[in-house]
Amino acid sequence: MTDTQWPLWEVFTQEGQGAPHEHAGSVHAVDAEQALQNARDVYARRGKVVSLWVVPSIAISASTPEDVGPFFDPGNDKPYRHPQFYKVPRGVRVY
Amino acid sequence: MTTVAPAQPPTDERERLADFEARIAAGESIEPKDWMPERYRKQLVRMMSQHAHSEIVGMLPEGNWITRAPSLRRKTSLIAKVQDEAGHGLYIYCGTETLGVDRSELVGDLLSGKAKYASIFNYPTLTWADVGVIGWFVDGAAIVNQTVLAKASYGPYARAMIRICKEENFHKRQGYEIVATLANGTPAQREMVQDAVNRWWWPTLMMFGPHDAASSNSDELLRWRVKRFTNDQLRQRFVNLTVPQAQAVNLSLPDPALRYDAETEDWRFGEIDWDEFWQVVKGDGPCNRERLAARNRAHDDGAWVRAAAEAYAAKHAAAAGAA
Repeated sequence: MTDTQWPLWEVFTQEGQGAPHEHAGSVHAVDAEQALQNARDVYARRGKVVSLWVVPSIAISASTPEDVGPFFDPGNDKPYRHPQFYKVPRGVRVY
Repeated sequence: MTTVAPAQPPTDERERLADFEARIAAGESIEPKDWMPERYRKQLVRMMSQHAHSEIVGMLPEGNWITRAPSLRRKTSLIAKVQDEAGHGLYIYCGTETLGVDRSELVGDLLSGKAKYASIFNYPTLTWADVGVIGWFVDGAAIVNQTVLAKASYGPYARAMIRICKEENFHKRQGYEIVATLANGTPAQREMVQDAVNRWWWPTLMMFGPHDAASSNSDELLRWRVKRFTNDQLRQRFVNLTVPQAQAVNLSLPDPALRYDAETEDWRFGEIDWDEFWQVVKGDGPCNRERLAARNRAHDDGAWVRAAAEAYAAKHAAAAGAA
């Protein structure tokens, strides 16, 4: 048998009910079942994690650093999407 | 030292470098897909892989004492600690892989003896007290280093460090508890723990690496915020933290030159035996060969587990295909 390191899986952990799944790191594993077990052994050793996702690293599509300008700028020039954009009469509590 | 002028990098390369250094100066973190100078990538691969190897080899001196731990409580703690070290190795290997190297390559370099790891793990664990003193000193020193690395400029490294620091505090406390218990024990136990302190003190100070003046990589690593403090600064911080802890359990540190400097509020200490440091780094410490042999044996002994996992996955994939 070859001494392979097997495919890479990205691990996402949810630390508590209602919390988002967050990227924790990665593991090597031969299949999804083993990836979940390895992720449990490496990233859920202290009882906080209530849910785990593993995703083959090659299945992830990501934006590139060069995208920072053009890809995200539709959101950059719209101050009217923020509450601070709006004036309220002095002395009124709106939130 | 050569006096050849460095080749002029292409303009856009220089611009990229200037951008990169400006980002670092502004405290931004660098992520795997960001442009980075080749030297930065290389330095990180070197540093992170050595760090990962140190976690893995660090399991060996303590692993030797699992079967001989004096109580079930001590044994469960020690097993948990050694397992943590394996996990820490994996966190950092996975961080290193984001720089475009394969873990199998790094593991291969460790097994062949090409890679370096922390020289402290080439010292033997002669008594149970060594397990306590390692937790107190070696993990204590690691916390001093890693707390700073948690703010390193490379995102995946910093994030692995944050995770590790949380766990490392348990290591230090369990070590100090062992030390305090022995220090309050029978005369023989006191003598055993003092002996362990005497043997581990200087090698622990060496863990922080050569003096700043002799540390070839320091300037660049500081400029790129891979390191935030110099070796000597971190060593001093560790000494300042540890001296009162030794006093609290009535143990002495084996340094006649140790004295408090009221002006700087530092504990001044004597000169480190750098000949011994370089000898151990270059492979001639008390246990270098033993550690490498043990690591290779463990890797070979695990081959059947890897084979079984593959066979099991193949069987299930075939069954799923047939269904």
